[in-house]
Amino acid sequence: MIHAAVSMSALGLGLGLLLGLAARRFHVETPPIVDEIDGILPGTNCGACGYPGCRGLAEAMAEGSAPVTACPPGGRDVALQLAAIVVPDADPETALSGMAEAEPTVAFIFEDHCTGCMKCFKRCPTDAIIGANKQIHTVVVDACIGCDACIEVCPTEAIVKRVKPTTLRGWYWTKPQSAFDADSRENAA
Amino acid sequence: MHDFFLILLSTALVNNVVLVKFLGLCPFMGVSRKTDAAIGMGLATTFVLTLAAGASWIVETLILVPLDLGYLRILSLILVIAAIVQFIETVLRKVSPGLYRALGIYLPLITTNCAVLGVALLNIQEGHGLAESLLYGFGSAMGFTLVLVIFAGMRERLAQLAVPAPFAGTPIAFISAGLLSMAFMGFAGLAPN
Repeated sequence: MIHAAVSMSALGLGLGLLLGLAARRFHVETPPIVDEIDGILPGTNCGACGYPGCRGLAEAMAEGSAPVTACPPGGRDVALQLAAIVVPDADPETALSGMAEAEPTVAFIFEDHCTGCMKCFKRCPTDAIIGANKQIHTVVVDACIGCDACIEVCPTEAIVKRVKPTTLRGWYWTKPQSAFDADSRENAA
Repeated sequence: MHDFFLILLSTALVNNVVLVKFLGLCPFMGVSRKTDAAIGMGLATTFVLTLAAGASWIVETLILVPLDLGYLRILSLILVIAAIVQFIETVLRKVSPGLYRALGIYLPLITTNCAVLGVALLNIQEGHGLAESLLYGFGSAMGFTLVLVIFAGMRERLAQLAVPAPFAGTPIAFISAGLLSMAFMGFAGLAPN
């Protein structure tokens, strides 16, 4: 019994030491920009960008094979911050060209179709879906990042994307219309 | 010399880990969709299996046998295999980034490949020495790679055929794996067990 405990502990410790030393000895410097980008990305590993997790996207972005607009859930805010460190010389507006000017969306579950199968619940990277087995699920709007992961797995197609409802916290003045647009509209009317 | 050749032949073809011993079926089904991926997985497994066969022999002769701890064999072998995989990954990342990128996700996946543990246990069961163990591991891994690549080629062709709907996808893959296994049974006469 003591032999077993001691030898297994020694084996584990020895291997751990070996791995620790190897990690020191064979340490690979990752470019610091990868860590910076990784820090800005949401970190939910939702996969909406098509890369294996946020780290994968950060590496691709650092070597220039992914645009700064590649993170759909991050939206405009994240893309702006990324543009500032990835392409510091470029004008932020040109760096973001090609980014869809979409309003932020969140998932919505049609309760008539939901069977309570828990598939979306397990898949959600931000734990934004609540509900129990065989009970209708629902989406916590504040936590949902609109990444589509739940829509892919829903067997009854009960989940759709909707524009994020405006709340007091998220409301802002709409962009003022230019005088030219207002004139032409009046003329048309 | 003759014996060594016999071990290679016997492990790679006659007692193929996948098709005759039915070990390591998860990567066999999971990573055989494309030939490139199959070659990557085969290379990574060859690497790990050979080293794991040697390391498990060392653990067995230096720790388990002298202390009479046969009942901890599986536990300690899993520990050793996991550490080896991690170690290889760390070293490879530094020494050969190209190979590291080529093997990619397949390297860590090998930790859970039952063929690696299976070969280590078989080695101990058959009482092999260090050189024989290494050769046994290498031969098994070559057999694994060979079968994986052959099967990936078959599946690439299957993907283009009009398979009847009830068989499309995984079912036809299992049926063709069965046929491949039967074909490999034909090697049984080549070498004595």
